[in-house]
Amino acid sequence: MVEDTTPDDWTSALLRVRDGRDRDAFARLFRHFAPRIKAFLRRGGMGDAQAEDCVQDVMATLWHKAHLYDPARATVATWVFTIARNRRIDMLRRVRPELEDLPWGPEPEPDQADALALRQEAERLGVAIAQLPDAQRSLIERAFFGDVSHSEIAAETGLPLGTIKSRIRLALDRLRQRLS
Amino acid sequence: MTITHHLTDQILLAHAGGALSEAFGLVVAAHLSMCDDCRARLGAFEAVGGAILETCGTVPVDDGGLAATFARIDAADRRGAPAAQRARAPRRGPLPGPIADYLGGGLDEVRWRPVGMGVRQAVLCTAEGATARLLHIPAGVGVPDHGHRGLEMTLVLQGAFRDEWMRFGPGDVEIADAATEHTPVAEPGADCICLAATDAPLRFNAFLPRIAQTLLRI
Repeated sequence: MVEDTTPDDWTSALLRVRDGRDRDAFARLFRHFAPRIKAFLRRGGMGDAQAEDCVQDVMATLWHKAHLYDPARATVATWVFTIARNRRIDMLRRVRPELEDLPWGPEPEPDQADALALRQEAERLGVAIAQLPDAQRSLIERAFFGDVSHSEIAAETGLPLGTIKSRIRLALDRLRQRLS
Repeated sequence: MTITHHLTDQILLAHAGGALSEAFGLVVAAHLSMCDDCRARLGAFEAVGGAILETCGTVPVDDGGLAATFARIDAADRRGAPAAQRARAPRRGPLPGPIADYLGGGLDEVRWRPVGMGVRQAVLCTAEGATARLLHIPAGVGVPDHGHRGLEMTLVLQGAFRDEWMRFGPGDVEIADAATEHTPVAEPGADCICLAATDAPLRFNAFLPRIAQTLLRI
């Protein structure tokens, strides 16, 4: 059996889940993302049993909310990250004010070129983060694992915000264009 | 709506990472509902989260994990509409959806309490040491000169206020920290309604407001 290995495949797999309730496509997404979600949650300090439960919950949410996925707005990994982060907040029994959905509804005909460019930028972003000095990479990772408090982020000691910002500028311009 | 004062990168990063308490999260969600620019910036920070999810390694899941997940999916389908699809009340007046959720409606639902000098407040939530409140400041009235022990974020919903340096109109968010001492004054003309979150009591510089603060728990 050939394993999917590229972000393009994750997008098409999720679209098959979205449009055709395709269980094989879902199984491929599960094999790739479930162990990563679990690593993400464990790195944030969640216990093994709770992380296992949370992984299944996140993947079930991916199935049920697939109709909300817009490949020109976020990569599958980014979308999965936001679901996992929200679920982690819910599990901490913290109330999470929900955004209004108004301006960012999925488009009837997603722009293939936009979606492709977004995925390429996301790959470059991943490379840039991997190339950060260890201490900086560790800090930015911890900020996303939920392991850094807001006041620590505000103090900004050692956070590579400048590097991150220069890297996300392109992605940002693209997202702005989507909104205008 | 022309928004001049936006969320900082630090606030957006904290929000993307899920680090904000409920009160600050509410101010951020309300501003994002009004500001496409900050919403795009948040999307870029979330893309960093996606990249980290891809590169942070793997931990094996239970052998039966996939089957258990399909069982959850099927059970939810049998129960009918997913709980995630909550209906949201239609937007009315100047309140963004995230604030309307707390009130269960529009400004008519707010239970204002006077805090002196014509200023009224309504506390929406207090958790993890941070409080979010609506403030109603009559046109031309000032909030007494004060500093902050912690962080204060103020989002203008209606009207406008000025401090010694800048003007804040609808959609603008003012972020003040321990180094900020200011005297915000509502502009003449229309009453100003704001959503303000604080993680420590304000520090008033005059004696009388300090007494009022003790009594009124601002």
